[in-house]
Amino acid sequence: MSTATATADEVDERLAPTSRVTKVLRRPEVGSAIAALLVFMFFTLYTEQFLSQSGVGTWLNSSSRIGIVAVAVALLMIGGEFDLSTGTMVGTSGLLVGVMTTHFGLNIFVAVVLALVAALTIGALNGVIVMKTGLPSFIVTLGTFFVLQGVNVALTKAIIGQVAIQGMNLVPSFDVIQPVFGGSFSLFGTTMDLSVLWFLAITATATWVLLRTRPGNWIFAVGGAQQSSRQVGVPLLATKVGLFMTTAGAGWLVGMITLFKSSTVNGATGVGDEFIFIICAVVGGCLLTGGFGSAIGAALGALIYGMTQQGIVYATWDSDWLKAFLGVMLLGAVLVNNWVRKRAEAAR
Amino acid sequence: MSTDKAGTSQPDMDRDGASAEDAGHEGTGRAAGGETPSLPPPGTAIIEVTDIGKSYGQVIALSDVTTTVRTGEVTCVLGDNGAGKSTFIKILSGAHEHSQGTFVVDGVSRHMSSPRAALALGIATVYQDLAVVPLMPVWRNFFLGSETTKGFGPLKRLDVDFMRRTAKSALADMGIDLRDVDQPIGTLSGGERQCVAIARAVYFGARVLILDEPTAALGVRQSGVVLKYIARARDRGLGVVFITHNPHHAYPVADRFMLLRRGRSMGDFPKAEMPLDELVKMMAGGAELDALTDELDRSLPDSEADNDKETPAEVQER
Repeated sequence: MSTATATADEVDERLAPTSRVTKVLRRPEVGSAIAALLVFMFFTLYTEQFLSQSGVGTWLNSSSRIGIVAVAVALLMIGGEFDLSTGTMVGTSGLLVGVMTTHFGLNIFVAVVLALVAALTIGALNGVIVMKTGLPSFIVTLGTFFVLQGVNVALTKAIIGQVAIQGMNLVPSFDVIQPVFGGSFSLFGTTMDLSVLWFLAITATATWVLLRTRPGNWIFAVGGAQQSSRQVGVPLLATKVGLFMTTAGAGWLVGMITLFKSSTVNGATGVGDEFIFIICAVVGGCLLTGGFGSAIGAALGALIYGMTQQGIVYATWDSDWLKAFLGVMLLGAVLVNNWVRKRAEAAR
Repeated sequence: MSTDKAGTSQPDMDRDGASAEDAGHEGTGRAAGGETPSLPPPGTAIIEVTDIGKSYGQVIALSDVTTTVRTGEVTCVLGDNGAGKSTFIKILSGAHEHSQGTFVVDGVSRHMSSPRAALALGIATVYQDLAVVPLMPVWRNFFLGSETTKGFGPLKRLDVDFMRRTAKSALADMGIDLRDVDQPIGTLSGGERQCVAIARAVYFGARVLILDEPTAALGVRQSGVVLKYIARARDRGLGVVFITHNPHHAYPVADRFMLLRRGRSMGDFPKAEMPLDELVKMMAGGAELDALTDELDRSLPDSEADNDKETPAEVQER
């Protein structure tokens, strides 16, 4: 944010020159960067496979699938809202494409686009309900979460008679679209999923939007002080609804990645991940009250999640420790964030 | 183009139709040089209200109010709680339409139906909550809702350097010397924040500045700072409407006083005709204040406050 070089006349003698270190330490993503580094070093030293070519690929893959939605959720949280329906949205969009193509024989391109439209519509609906009723987004999206979770299983069973999509790779043109979402590439001998590139691109775009565009300014504003931003002419409804649509769209993307990578999704796909996304965003420095946070931080949070998940496997520990670790990370992050906010808001 | 960007609430058209004009700096042509354009010479009446009133159904919230807002002058609207100050501001700022009397802006009779319409005429209102976002830097707050951009299409981005520089210089023009426009505005004191809100309205082309109780929540020294900036805005040729219930804050900066009591105007006086003690007395209700003094004198020694339960309510209402 503070990259501009001040010209000579702008330098104020009352300002003690802030060192680069202090400036960096004030960024919201610092905590998660340090934590990510520690986790990385720990598993690198403790296990052999972690830094191996296949190891890096594995934890980057799992980080990327979480990270894509986590970054979108971070934007929404900076905008002052929650979305608990993101996890099931992954399943919903995957199932939609699966059912429409394998059962009804719909063109796969049409199905993918229709699923995106459906996801964006549900996202917009979340946003409009929250804004028009003034209810907390936590409750509204909790409702959407349960509706989608139920519909995912029940409707799929009703239509195709089972809860998992099968025969996806037999659908015409599957091979044409598969590389876009489920492809892989090699870098320095490490093979990884294309989702890693999606993840990087989305993190970069989100950061650019947040810090350098008008909508980004509005996201911070509506999250920081809703009424005030309305008074100065920030398009409140459009900004918030746009954010809900972004999280839904990110859910769709991960749904497509899951479907085209593994050729199947089922009724339980994505359920439970909504909390992981939120944890990643909070670990990345987002305030639960909105108005503060970073997309890069959420990406680092996702990286911590992916590294820990695979690291625990390589260390041959019980994988249930992952949840306990996430809980500790979350509490630690909330405490740090709270302290940061108090400092930022404190009157002189 | 300059006036419809005015002030504290930004018209929709600006953000929706921003594409064409965003090629350059939206703000450069305007107040950046330190002068608000198209201001008539000091003393010219911008707003003239005559016997203006507002009723909500059976309730008459305001009636028979007459006053003038001139460039380079401060018109003080004084009144206790419930006197009709809020209603008066709402009419001036376009939030509510008046139901009686005439509301003339620049010689043309108007019926303003929205704050946007008022803004388009250069009438900007700084509300008590100031419309700032505490966690955001000063410069982002200054331009919030009216951000300057550069570039085209997907590369359209905030012109950060320009906004940072302009916020600093616009604040300096108003005599507000900030150490760092990158600090969150929440770290500024209440008076400083008030001043940023005033400077923002001035920069975005306000000709008339309506200040809703700007000193209400401030301490003595901070109030003094804000009064100084009100004077500064006046000296730059703006018409200022200063709403307050504190005659001691009103007196030093005001050029004329308009007193409200129970929804009615008690008159519109130039400063020359109104000494401070007279103003205080009129505000408190003159004879009623004397009666109240007597009453309190009597009730205190006997500790019979309970017998006079309606007195405090009555006092508050006035």
